[in-house]
Amino acid sequence: MTREEIIKPENLVYRRTPVLTDNVMHYCPGCGHGTVHRLIAEVIEEMGIQDKTIGVAPVGCSVLAYNYFDVDFVEAAHGRAPAVATAIKRLHKNHFVFTYQGDGDLAAIGTGETIHACNRGENIVIIFVNNGIYGMTGGQMAPTTLPNMKTATSPYGRDVELMGPPLKITELVAQLPGTYYVTRQAVYTPALVRKAKKAIRLAFENQKLNKGVSFVEIVSNCNSGWKLTPVKSNEWLEENMLPFYPLGDIKVPTQE
Amino acid sequence: MAKEIRLMKGNEAIAEGAIRCGCDGYFGYPITPQSEILEYLTVQNPYPKTGMVVLQAESETASINMVYGGAACAKKVMTSSSSPGISLMQEGLSYIAGAELPALCVNVVRGGPGLGTIQPSQADYFQTVKGGGHGDYKLITLAPASVQEMYDFVGLGFDLAFKYRNPVMILSDGLIGQVMEKVEIDDYKPRWTDEYIAEKFPWAMIGKPASRGHNIVTSLELDSAKQEQVNLRLQAKYKVCEENEVRYETFQVEDADILLVAYGSSARICQKVIELARAEGLKVGLLRPITLWPFPTKPINELSKKVKGILTVEMSAGQMVEDVRLSVGCAVPVKHYGRFGGIIPTPTEIVEAIKTF
Repeated sequence: MTREEIIKPENLVYRRTPVLTDNVMHYCPGCGHGTVHRLIAEVIEEMGIQDKTIGVAPVGCSVLAYNYFDVDFVEAAHGRAPAVATAIKRLHKNHFVFTYQGDGDLAAIGTGETIHACNRGENIVIIFVNNGIYGMTGGQMAPTTLPNMKTATSPYGRDVELMGPPLKITELVAQLPGTYYVTRQAVYTPALVRKAKKAIRLAFENQKLNKGVSFVEIVSNCNSGWKLTPVKSNEWLEENMLPFYPLGDIKVPTQE
Repeated sequence: MAKEIRLMKGNEAIAEGAIRCGCDGYFGYPITPQSEILEYLTVQNPYPKTGMVVLQAESETASINMVYGGAACAKKVMTSSSSPGISLMQEGLSYIAGAELPALCVNVVRGGPGLGTIQPSQADYFQTVKGGGHGDYKLITLAPASVQEMYDFVGLGFDLAFKYRNPVMILSDGLIGQVMEKVEIDDYKPRWTDEYIAEKFPWAMIGKPASRGHNIVTSLELDSAKQEQVNLRLQAKYKVCEENEVRYETFQVEDADILLVAYGSSARICQKVIELARAEGLKVGLLRPITLWPFPTKPINELSKKVKGILTVEMSAGQMVEDVRLSVGCAVPVKHYGRFGGIIPTPTEIVEAIKTF
């Protein structure tokens, strides 16, 4: 059997979704962004909504997300993606609009836009990748940095007396009537990847219902910023991030 | 058929002009002295009639970024504010200019700096025509001097914004925003259909069909060599705009010894100044820039060869006067007369200033 004879649709057990482009991702080896990108792209492909999806990229590590998704994409100013998405969705009511944001973008500089888009019940999906650090700028303290966690701007560990505790913005937006579905997932094991994909799929499906924001937090790693190997960073994530940011649904749609 | 005529505030005229010119979306935040724009739009509630979205945002920062999102879809979207709010929008305006998107912004200027006053001012001239936000970019700037022009410049502003894929600023002030005058109203222009947008604006966010690659709206280019090319392209576009879009009007300049240069409310006051000055035997004329960028450099330069002196009248400490001096060189003396902090100059005090030449 030749290679060509083997590579047939019926034999495929895995392929890259065509909703991802051929561009080489700039993410550090071991980073969770690539996995999250793939899950979103697979959901878009499986739902058949590539021609009706508009994404909004943040400022942060995923600033270049628009290079990797083969869908129309806007690059927003730092923190403003929910405002940008608000207008796009209101002007394209039948499209699927999502933002892709990190913790600095969504939970620090963009807190106002996040809370008000959620409170208005904008009918969008917000994908929130939380790795507790500013990755792109070189590993500074984020609003989600854990207590005593060392970063470039908390070199002796985050002092909660000075800087306050980490902001659990996902629990915060879950309190707002405008959020329809709020969940926290992770992607560092195959089982978790499958669960996260289901959550992302549900979030996108919810847009058909017109019932408000679907908010999916992905607790992820930053092996470069955390100064750990990819494997060690995933262990550190499980041991330190998850006790503070427990996985699971925070707000689920009620049966009607 | 004769056009419908209404008595309106300048702010209301902006709002009515938006609804009637086929605007797709307005995003704004209340601030005096322009809150009537948002109030009028929410009273009119155009969505059921024209499909125009009206949304009160949580801040001016959110407003301008909503405009960025709508503009990325090639929708006719706009915002309005007054000076402190416009300062908050500078980041967004820079992004819109950088991403080469069409958008309309209205500044009903009040006195500053800081929280300043709610009375009229023209002290945001530098911010508007010299950049305001970060980076090398320009805002096409229209300066209305009547309530009719407040109405007309909404449609004109969108035309220019889409022609050049560039943000347009209507630089008004608290006087023009609040004063009531008669306005000729047009019939409703239909909003553009999605099919029309897809055909006319192939860069727009409409969802990627199988027939093309994905569209990206961004102002980011990490490769400096490419970013320089982006800047060169912008500068070439601005040059075309400078060659084609200068707008101005003149009053009694034919025999003038003293040329007044004033825009917006100040230009209205200067028309009375001409009347008073000429009654005293002073030959005074006026050039009113309608576009502040591109600035009417050439016509001012031409007129400077015929007059003995130029006086700019602004409700500021003297901002446009710098562009007038750049237009004239050292040919004739160029002086400035201004009141600021929300004070409106009277015609008689301007006549006295003319006599100092």
